[in-house]
Amino acid sequence: MLIYISKRLAYIFLILVAMSILIFAITQILPGNVAQMILGQFASEESIKLLEAKLGLNDPLPVQYWRWARGIFHGDLGHSLVMDRPIAAMLKQAFMRSAVLAFFSFFFVTVIGIGLGVIAAVRKNSPTDHIVSVFTYFGISVPEFFWGIVFIMLFASYLGWLPSGQYVEMTESFRGWLVHLILPVATLTLTLIAHVSRLTRSSMLEALQSQYVRAARAKGLPERVVLVRHALRNALLPTITILAIDVGWLFGGIVVVETVFSFPGLGRLLIFAIGRQDLPLIQACILVITALYSFSNLFADLLYTYFNPRVRYARKAE
Amino acid sequence: MRVKPSEKKEISNPKRMCRRIPVSLMIGGLLAVLIVLMALAAPWISPFPYDEFHVKDRIQPPNATYWFGTDEFGRDVLSRVLVGSRVSLFMGIVATAISLILGVPLGLLAGYHRGSVDEIIMRLTDILMSFPPVILGLLILAVTPPNIIKTAAAVGAVYVPVLVRLTRSVTLGLIEEEYILAAKARGERAIYIMAAEILPNAWPPIIVEASLRVTFAILLAAALSFLGLGAQPPSSDWGLMISQGRSYIDTGPWIALFPGLAMCITVIGVNLMGDGLRELLDPRMKHR
Repeated sequence: MLIYISKRLAYIFLILVAMSILIFAITQILPGNVAQMILGQFASEESIKLLEAKLGLNDPLPVQYWRWARGIFHGDLGHSLVMDRPIAAMLKQAFMRSAVLAFFSFFFVTVIGIGLGVIAAVRKNSPTDHIVSVFTYFGISVPEFFWGIVFIMLFASYLGWLPSGQYVEMTESFRGWLVHLILPVATLTLTLIAHVSRLTRSSMLEALQSQYVRAARAKGLPERVVLVRHALRNALLPTITILAIDVGWLFGGIVVVETVFSFPGLGRLLIFAIGRQDLPLIQACILVITALYSFSNLFADLLYTYFNPRVRYARKAE
Repeated sequence: MRVKPSEKKEISNPKRMCRRIPVSLMIGGLLAVLIVLMALAAPWISPFPYDEFHVKDRIQPPNATYWFGTDEFGRDVLSRVLVGSRVSLFMGIVATAISLILGVPLGLLAGYHRGSVDEIIMRLTDILMSFPPVILGLLILAVTPPNIIKTAAAVGAVYVPVLVRLTRSVTLGLIEEEYILAAKARGERAIYIMAAEILPNAWPPIIVEASLRVTFAILLAAALSFLGLGAQPPSSDWGLMISQGRSYIDTGPWIALFPGLAMCITVIGVNLMGDGLRELLDPRMKHR
């Protein structure tokens, strides 16, 4: 198991290096002149030359990349051009807010998604099953920004129950903090729940028709025990994989949802950076988001291995 | 091949054939056809030009003249939604075509040659798949001025790895078939075998996947437009319309509502069609 984890970690490291080169290449080679962009259209020739020298923009690209990558290893993500501040501190603050959003959404997606899937499977072809499947179909088909807008229309604009956006720090007002999280979390949950509940339903159906469930029922075990201990436990394996994929969607969805609700997190910072063409900030945001994504994938794989005895023992035998 | 009488009867009986077509395919197909027709006919059936200002009638709620209301410039929302269907479908189809054009040959190569070619192609897809989809799109579009073609290309690029992997796995399944071995024994060139022997047999799952990809592509392109990295004003792209309508939620909710509804109907239609196609082409999925 340890060997497996270290192998995976080494692979992730290689992928991250490749990704960082890609991020650097795409953002650094394509645009014309960074110095010009910072100083504006009417900057004089000399001031542009001066700034280029100061930022090291005249060095060959590999040198620039090496400087950037070395900085990251020392916890220095660079310096924002537009905000004129170190990026690391900005990113950390934004990350904490996004992490809260992501955590709650993921929690509800897992709990409600699996719950709906199990209910739909147990009551196969009943009205409940059909309602769940229609509901999840809408979840998949409607883009998150539209759900967000519909929620704002309904709960903020029409009913006036909840704020339409922005954010309040927890230290300032706990209630304000919670209230500002409800709509973004609900939006993210709704758009992601469909995959989980559909997959749980189909794998649960498969499990319910299996020999071991029949055996458990024949033993006279209570139905609840059969469902939870025997069927659900096996049905959850594919769900773990789909949850890992959903984390990827979650990171993408966060960018969109934060924009809809003007939520000052990582995604909004990235969009801000792109809007202002703040290259170091764009690079840092994308790098952090993709690194998080890679590690959450690894975590999902490890969970899968842990819960699936067949994989676990096969690895041991190796 | 001799056909048993009973089978023959089933094939020639149109009523039976109809019953074999899943309901989802019929409803989805109908919706999809309607939307394509709407997109094709948009310039002729829309009551006003999509970018015509009616300064006197700004932010009007839906009424007899403007069925879907007007936006902040007094543009007719119905006309904009109709014309916008062209942008969305265009993005979805072009992006999917790009992923097919890049993904299928790479998948064929990887599956056919295996070894180091396979290894290189698969590691490249690994790298691309390590980005969350929206983030990869943002990365590609981040530093250059946005336009529709670039957005479509970025969306296409995002979904290339999926098609590479699918094509590769289908190819791997076919490669041991006798007709492929026969072609190899005849001394056919690799390109011929891939294009004329493998591809015709590999297409059903690829087509189903591609039809599902169209909705993913439409949604991703709309999300990128919503974030300001797709179609630019005064285009009536649905994602862009929703993004602009965001500022007028209190005074004119219809500005964002109608393009959003149009997008939902499109995506539901194509999704239903894709599910139906899958059911039709892959009967094993039926009872899932």
